[in-house]
Amino acid sequence: MVQSAVTIEHGTLSRKSGISAAMLVVALIFLALAAVVSRAQAGPGLGASDWAAVRFTFLQALCSSVLSVALAVPVARALARRRFVGRGALVTLLGAPFILPVIVAVLGLLTVFGRSGWVNDALGVVGLPSVSIYGFHGVVLAHVFFNMPLATRLVLQGWQTIPAERFRLVAQLRLTPHAVFRAVEMPMLVQVVPGALALVFVICLTSFAVALTLGGGPRATTIELAIYQAFRFDFDLGRAALLSVLQLGLAGSMALLALRFVPSISVGGGLDRMMPRWDARGGIQRAADSGVIVLAAAFLLVPLAAVVWRGALGLPSMPVSVYQAAGVSIGVAVMSIVVMLVLALPMAGWIAARKGGGMEALGLLGLSASPLMIGTGWFIVINPYADPFDFALLVTVMVNAMTALPFALRILVPPMRDTVQQYGRLSAMLGLGGWWMWRVVLLPRLRAQIGFAAGLTGALSMGDLGVITLFADPDRVTLPLQMVRLMGAYRMDAAAGAALVLLALSLGIFWICDKGGRWRAEA
Amino acid sequence: MKYLTFATATLAITAFSTTATLAQTPVLTVYTYDSFVSDWGPGPAIEKAFEETCGCDLDLVGIGDGAALLARLKLEGARTDADVVMGLDTSLIAAAKETGLFKETPVSADYTLPVEWTDPVFAAYDWGYFAFVHNKDLTPPTNFKALGESDLKIVIQDPRSSTPGLGLLMWVKAAYGDEAPAIWDALADNVVTVTKGWSEAYGLFLEGEADMVLSYTTSPAYHLIAEEDDSKSAAAFEEGHYMQIEVVGALAGSDQPELAERFLNFMVSEAAQTILPTTNWMYPAVTPAAGLPPGFETLTVPEKALLIPSDEVPALREEALAEWFKALSQ
Repeated sequence: MVQSAVTIEHGTLSRKSGISAAMLVVALIFLALAAVVSRAQAGPGLGASDWAAVRFTFLQALCSSVLSVALAVPVARALARRRFVGRGALVTLLGAPFILPVIVAVLGLLTVFGRSGWVNDALGVVGLPSVSIYGFHGVVLAHVFFNMPLATRLVLQGWQTIPAERFRLVAQLRLTPHAVFRAVEMPMLVQVVPGALALVFVICLTSFAVALTLGGGPRATTIELAIYQAFRFDFDLGRAALLSVLQLGLAGSMALLALRFVPSISVGGGLDRMMPRWDARGGIQRAADSGVIVLAAAFLLVPLAAVVWRGALGLPSMPVSVYQAAGVSIGVAVMSIVVMLVLALPMAGWIAARKGGGMEALGLLGLSASPLMIGTGWFIVINPYADPFDFALLVTVMVNAMTALPFALRILVPPMRDTVQQYGRLSAMLGLGGWWMWRVVLLPRLRAQIGFAAGLTGALSMGDLGVITLFADPDRVTLPLQMVRLMGAYRMDAAAGAALVLLALSLGIFWICDKGGRWRAEA
Repeated sequence: MKYLTFATATLAITAFSTTATLAQTPVLTVYTYDSFVSDWGPGPAIEKAFEETCGCDLDLVGIGDGAALLARLKLEGARTDADVVMGLDTSLIAAAKETGLFKETPVSADYTLPVEWTDPVFAAYDWGYFAFVHNKDLTPPTNFKALGESDLKIVIQDPRSSTPGLGLLMWVKAAYGDEAPAIWDALADNVVTVTKGWSEAYGLFLEGEADMVLSYTTSPAYHLIAEEDDSKSAAAFEEGHYMQIEVVGALAGSDQPELAERFLNFMVSEAAQTILPTTNWMYPAVTPAAGLPPGFETLTVPEKALLIPSDEVPALREEALAEWFKALSQ
């Protein structure tokens, strides 16, 4: 059933634009790095505490990514097998935790798991001792909250690439659920899981606000925090560059390791249609799926509800400037989507036509490079020639697009690989190449994935606070920055209101793109 | 490749087309921290008041916080557009002077700071005491030792990413000197978590995640005056409280040296000093003739002000940071 890899020379898939997009990403990162190094002075090398940071970063990222993906598989399976009212809304909401600004999501989590949160209140009622969220487990919990939904979406997409005919066949053969899993679902998971793992690992590697807020102290220091410190307090550019390289190396090698083992298999063709699951009609399976969906939804939605509730209370006290900032953020998000697509589509086409998946690791570089490093590097590059403020928007959009690139690749590459292997020979025979190949074969078949990738990029860009703080343009404040300013001025209520607006906008842009892509398509 | 050229060009055009033009009147560019320029910060009122008298355009540029401000200045070096930098504090002064970018500016002011202020380069414009803020229903400890022995939970900021966090290091060091490691050992089990910046810590405290949060003695004034909420208070510590003095200085490379000097003197004048307390939520460096705004009299006033001379800060910081790190990593 599973064919071995068929490799075809796809001149059709414009290798050149794929390679140039990849080169651009690499150049953006390494020029920044080189600029930082050029300004560095010899300082102390890496100390014991830096290595402790590396160890902590690695361990928490490993735990978080394995747990996120392990939990995502049953959730995605349940979602793939069931149809119920609100399923579409739930799938969209799965994007929400991931795109929330960290501090907002953390405050939402604390409403549930914090010292005076609902869980501890409930424990107190039944006379049990309270649990503390602070520490290693708190960091992992928050990372699972952020990334499990994303992993679920990625794995769910995998399930959708399995042709419906496959399930009809196994139903006719009366295979047990276990056998179905082994014969049909397992091969898909083998293809999808390593990439998802690599992606979540890299996200956890660079997220330092979570580790710092919930880690409970300096033992929870991540590399990113050490970079931050080197840039801002010590202004030790050499150390900052060294740590950036360390982070890039760690992320890059993990990504390569994971992606190298992504087998290039094609699951064979099918008629894209509804997927009735004759194999999953048993009462026990139904109950198990329902249980998994309810648990996952509760874990994700209850903290979100806390964010919404808090924000609704703060809406009246929100100044008008929040709406102006919202306008700026929407503009940045839309531009980021455009740039991301221009980079991601040719790159995905190029990678899909290759035998191994290792090149996808290039995309991950954009995510594993510290935004502070890229921002500072480009600041150094631009400053001698022009006012960096004039480039604030440009750099922000480029960095946002680059941050989103690995997600887009992870979403686009597997289905594109299938499409290329199924239709590549036919297209070549019909003389379809270049633009026509994209228009007739790839784009229509990848609509759902492109929509999802665009939505994710827009949402990520909406909530981004990385580079903008360095390049912050006084006249063009983005919404997350405005929210941070409100918090910095004691106005936590108004900030909560702004967070709600941000959540609504992020989800809105995500929903529009995602829905646009899935319109009249099965998701 | 065509796509890429197109995209880059589009973006470049967007960036350039919005570049500011005009400016016949002289422009004074002042780099400051973010919260100063926000609508609810002192920025708008300060800008209006200064522009009434200067016949110029005051351009306040918000850049992160005090530390980010200095990093930014170092990045730009002598090429910077800034004429004035406002918002560094005493712990950053030594590093700022080391850049060689600042110049001495004559400023005449009758400072009402608890310590003498004679710095020839930087003028002080406001100040505050670091303190642990708590809800009034709590009976707070009266010194660090009592806090360490109690089972109260506190949230503090990371001294590597936040100014108050660094202030606390200096506070313990100034109060206890070589005893500081023992104090930190005792405090370690009280620290719920260490946050990146002030906002996160204060947010956690308002959420009920901790009994006390490291902030300023003036924090309760915000709740009292802006929110009519008198439930917050700052704990008075017997050792004394460490001060944060915020300063403003003119750059040697400025093309508007007269305006810059005028701005420094404006910042310590009655007009600016009456604006600051209820917008920046700090004490004025020169108490206005009408006194402090109503509500400030309810604030905790420490019996002793602590401050480490700014040129001793860099060396002490290294030592204190190592002690702090060791105690809290256990």
